[in-house]
Amino acid sequence: MNIDLSRRSFLRLAGAGVAATSLGALGFGEAEAAELAHVRDFKLTATTETRNTCPYCSVACGIIIYARPDDTGKRRVVHIEGDADHPTNRGTLCPKGAALKDFVNAPTRLTQPMIRKPGAAAFEPIAWDDALDRIARAIKDDRDANFLATNEAGVPVNRWTTMGFLAASATTNETAWATYKVVRSMGVVGFDNQARV
Amino acid sequence: MTTNIQDSPRTALSNPPVQPGQSNLGQPAVRRSSAGGPVAEQPTPLTEVAKLIDVSKCIGCKACQSACIEWNDTHPEIETNVGVYENPHDLTPEMFTLMRFAEYDNPDNGNFEWLIRKDGCMHCEEPGCLKACPAPGAIVQYTNGIVDFIHENCIGCGYCVSGCPFDIPRISQKTHVAYKCTLCSDRVAVGQGPACAKACPTHAIVFGTKEDMKIHAAARIEDLKSRGYENAGLYDPPGVGGTHVMYVLHHADKPGIYNDLPEDPQISPVVEGWKGPTKTVGLAAIGLAAVGSVVMGLFSRSAVADEDEHQAQEMVDRAAAGLPVDPIPGREQV
Amino acid sequence: MTNSWTDIKNTDLVIVMGGNAAEAHPCGFKWVTEAKHQRGAKLIVVDPRFTRTASVADYYAPIRPGSDIAFLMGLIRYMIENDKVQWEYVKAFTNASLIVKDEFGWADGLFTGYDEEKRDYDKSSWDYVIGDDGFAVTDPTLQNPRCVWNLLKAHVDVYTPEMVERITGTPKDRFLKIAEMIGECSSPTKTMTSMYALGWTQHSKGAQNIRGMAMLQLILGNIGVRGGGMNALRGHSNIQGLTDIGLMSNLIPGYLNIPTEREADWATYMTSRAFKPLRPGQTSYWQNYPKFMVSFMKSMWGDAAQKDNDWAYHYLPKLDVPSYDILRMYELMDEGRVNLYFCQGFNPLLATPNRDKVTRAFSKLKLLVTMDPLETETARFWENHGAHNDVDTAAIQTEVIQLPSSCFAEDEGALVNSGRWLQWHWKASDMPGEARNDVWIMAQIFLRVRELYRTEGGAFPDPILNLTWDYADPNEPHPEELAREMNGRALSAVYDPTDPTKVVAEPGKQLLNFSQLRDDGSTASGCWIYSGSFNEAGNNMARRDNADPDDTGAYPNWTWSWPLNRRTLYNRASCDLNGKPWDPTRKIIEWDGEKWSGYDVPDISPTAKPGEVMPFIMNQEGVSRLFSRGLMRDGPFPTHMEPFESPVENVFNKRMRGNPVVRVFAKDAADLGTSDEFPFVATSYRLTEHFHYWTKHNVVNAALQPEFFVEISEELAAERGIERGGRVRVWSKRGEVWAVALVTKRIKPMICDGKTVHVVGIPLHWGFVGAARKGWGPNSLTPVLGDANVETPEFKAFLVNIEPAVGEAVS
Repeated sequence: MNIDLSRRSFLRLAGAGVAATSLGALGFGEAEAAELAHVRDFKLTATTETRNTCPYCSVACGIIIYARPDDTGKRRVVHIEGDADHPTNRGTLCPKGAALKDFVNAPTRLTQPMIRKPGAAAFEPIAWDDALDRIARAIKDDRDANFLATNEAGVPVNRWTTMGFLAASATTNETAWATYKVVRSMGVVGFDNQARV
Repeated sequence: MTTNIQDSPRTALSNPPVQPGQSNLGQPAVRRSSAGGPVAEQPTPLTEVAKLIDVSKCIGCKACQSACIEWNDTHPEIETNVGVYENPHDLTPEMFTLMRFAEYDNPDNGNFEWLIRKDGCMHCEEPGCLKACPAPGAIVQYTNGIVDFIHENCIGCGYCVSGCPFDIPRISQKTHVAYKCTLCSDRVAVGQGPACAKACPTHAIVFGTKEDMKIHAAARIEDLKSRGYENAGLYDPPGVGGTHVMYVLHHADKPGIYNDLPEDPQISPVVEGWKGPTKTVGLAAIGLAAVGSVVMGLFSRSAVADEDEHQAQEMVDRAAAGLPVDPIPGREQV
Repeated sequence: MTNSWTDIKNTDLVIVMGGNAAEAHPCGFKWVTEAKHQRGAKLIVVDPRFTRTASVADYYAPIRPGSDIAFLMGLIRYMIENDKVQWEYVKAFTNASLIVKDEFGWADGLFTGYDEEKRDYDKSSWDYVIGDDGFAVTDPTLQNPRCVWNLLKAHVDVYTPEMVERITGTPKDRFLKIAEMIGECSSPTKTMTSMYALGWTQHSKGAQNIRGMAMLQLILGNIGVRGGGMNALRGHSNIQGLTDIGLMSNLIPGYLNIPTEREADWATYMTSRAFKPLRPGQTSYWQNYPKFMVSFMKSMWGDAAQKDNDWAYHYLPKLDVPSYDILRMYELMDEGRVNLYFCQGFNPLLATPNRDKVTRAFSKLKLLVTMDPLETETARFWENHGAHNDVDTAAIQTEVIQLPSSCFAEDEGALVNSGRWLQWHWKASDMPGEARNDVWIMAQIFLRVRELYRTEGGAFPDPILNLTWDYADPNEPHPEELAREMNGRALSAVYDPTDPTKVVAEPGKQLLNFSQLRDDGSTASGCWIYSGSFNEAGNNMARRDNADPDDTGAYPNWTWSWPLNRRTLYNRASCDLNGKPWDPTRKIIEWDGEKWSGYDVPDISPTAKPGEVMPFIMNQEGVSRLFSRGLMRDGPFPTHMEPFESPVENVFNKRMRGNPVVRVFAKDAADLGTSDEFPFVATSYRLTEHFHYWTKHNVVNAALQPEFFVEISEELAAERGIERGGRVRVWSKRGEVWAVALVTKRIKPMICDGKTVHVVGIPLHWGFVGAARKGWGPNSLTPVLGDANVETPEFKAFLVNIEPAVGEAVS
């Protein structure tokens, strides 16, 4: 493809050419003026392929993620397609799965921790360390204040009901297990997931 | 890979290549080109391909639209809902395929049916768009049957739209060229099927050689007949020489109920007569657009003066209705 | 799912009721179209709306939301009356022949033992007669009037086709046609599969809906066979996994239970988990409960869990109520009794009922922490978005910390699909900006809290200080380490129970599977049902061999499924009493005279003789339950109950509102509407173009379905003067929304108990952040009520009113 000729200028040329021949009333056969027929360059060339699973519903379609590094060296998703070798989906994807690239690259992806202070009208950035320290301190203080070691009958109950934790529905088993360990070891009982909604 | 749905033809026998490879679609495989554009003397012979859309298997999920957008890197607008399921509202330069939904009370048995049809380029064997196109080499047909737009050669006049019996191409207001489904020519060129067919969850869209697709269609039609759809059949309209996108319809006797799928599509007589007696009319009509664009210094079809547009359309309509058409005096000399 | 997605290709009849598989699970639904194409299978859809699944169905019938039990009991009645019963299966593999206590009965819509004050049943009469030998008494001839079969027959007798039509609005002829189609599957060589999802679960009696179909499937002999089963399609990609791993108030991984206060010590806790067989020679696999439980405690607390401290039993919290589920938590929050709340990949502001209440509750928190790859409405609940989120920002004193996490493309690990396959995936790309993996985030929180307890002491720090955290990098445990931990390993030598000199697992080695778990502290396993997923053979979840010998659809070497890589649950029931397949063309396993073998891992001990050990090994009876004893709070048989908000009264008992044993908080009870004020039945659902509240962030999906709408019939539109594409206001006792009206022939008014019932369909996908147009979710309208057994909110049947929008407060 001739990259020296910008599309717009080429357009103008083509348009003018047709007008001229039209005025001449005959012969559109200026074949030499035309760009030769071609198809788009195959866009997956030189990408990396990674097997993954669609994160939406629990049919769990196999997908292949095609990625390549961006200017900063970070690997970015350039395309996602169904995995033809997967027994369930056989390469197919639904309207959500077929557009997964634009989920990963959504403009509303979060990129830094934020804090909204009581009464404030906006989020403001906060450093990871500060955010995590703040959370840990809040957990410690509230647990110490409200942990119920025994009930009225003196039976050890070791529960903490003033904190709740809603677990995800699309994280991995491994994340779930790490989450279970952390949350349960604190005595949290207001623990739930998205199975019902 | 073991596959146990072999007699369901499907697009994705393997995942797409990521190694650089040879494309088999290019100038050497061009068998037709618009307005005398270059055609290979002995075009590379390729097997005729076809996409088969079985509306009886289609669940209207729009995966085809989604896959089309992602593969072709288009950006359809986020519109509104106007009280129907179609979105975008119509085919656009950024949306090459569209699910169309029709609510149908079947008078024969009293049953309600929701007829859902994937609309898009039919890749006609006798392509009206190509015949109408005045820009050399802007529309080509490859020897496998794919009709493709070569955008660099397009002048945005919109005559492919008038020439199309299915009302498919759309002119971009941004780039001022015409767009439509390419049948994913870039994928087919490396041995992959179109993105829509690969994605289609129920294999309602399948892709393969036209021969195979007809055989598959026959089996589907038999199944539909066994379920009481007596008029099930294949839509491969002869008026345009057959198509490289075909439908299996449960009511093949009434294509119109599927959101106005033409009963017997024909290329407009104006376009059909391109090299015949009505050449002048065609030229006049096209001249209006092309000249208009130069005069206005703009290149979109919408930039053509309303009056010119109206007159040109009138000629086309009259020709289509079999009425005499006179060239507009003096217009050629503008 | 008892079966798998790929197994659906083996079916003869698919019934989609309580779900919308084509729209919500399109790629799984392909196996329905395959079965139709390859086997000539038929598809039945029963749904209030003519859905996209219905558009490819062979037969469709409408049904009033919330009336499914009457339909299902009507089907069972039809099968019994017309002898469409797989008799050999029913007699041998169900509890049809077991004798029930004389005191048990049903009248006026209620079972025996109802206490109106307590809103609960005394379930003591809902049980078998136990003989002197300690086993349940049976009558294999089914002559005893008190056997389960005869009680069931009597129970369903009232559900005549006329009664079904009266309650459900399904025309009698449509109901009978469906009954006839289903009846054909009582043949041992024909099978039906049931595909359902939230359309059955999100009711105040959701679990009973599902039981109704499960009972029908047992009567037809369709459980355990290829192409059969009860197939819960499940919603999110790993909600099966998160439930397996017990991330719920009352669960321990592998469906073990958090103790209650009444179980003050280990011995008491185990007493109620003895699971002694109720019939001679039966497996009653839960007898192994102590092995699973001890191994879990060792996995959590290692050396701190010892026999002499009851395996650190008191490190576990004890419940004073059945569960602190999400509805209870929001009630407590609303009362100001919750201070901290974490939402990990969850958007409850739009996902839980009565959004006004949720907003009010969140406003009373001290700190809300969200972890998500995307913006959520929850993280911004305090932000004013006009009518879309009309809050007084300055008055909300909740601090909110929003943490950016990874998404699927950026992490590694396993997700469990609805067919119980654990599929490992790999990282493909880097996270944007400063986003971090969830495991890292959880580890950071834990390490910091542990450090505070280490340095400062505080309330009962032991379970925190002693939690095992021996990962190579404590700051970010590797997914493989966590997966190995769930599989379990030998802490000391593990011996063969039949030969105490033989070591089956050396110390430190990964366990082969849960058969190697012990209750003596020699093994650790975080989640017993996953034992076998990552053993000494490696990471079995990463396997990608897609061979399928003889095309059974089992794919035995593709990833790994729990339990034990078994693909079809109860597969022993695919064979008759001699161990031969009911349908030789659909063989899964077979008894060869000495052992069971075949295409799948047998769901029974490989040497259990077919005539002796029955297939339902998890049940104490060894057989399946048509009568569920006292295991469900709202009855041993499903009985028709109206939704809490219903246009009609319960035909059996006019005083009964909703499910009589559902927990209702006082304020929520006051928020219930009645049909004089709210005459229309609303139901909520998903559309195929979107996934929950996620894809509104995706420009492609937003383009495919950009704007919030509600669906109504042409008749209702005419009655209310609503135009297609016009805007409407929909309101309930709890809130209001504005939407585009989608007027359609696909919803038709129904006649129920002599009354015309209109349905308003309310899809769920729009909010106030993301790429799509701003809108509302159905939760602005829905009541705070859960299922009697599992607290799943009643999202599928409630009352609203509708009118053309006038003076809409929305730009």
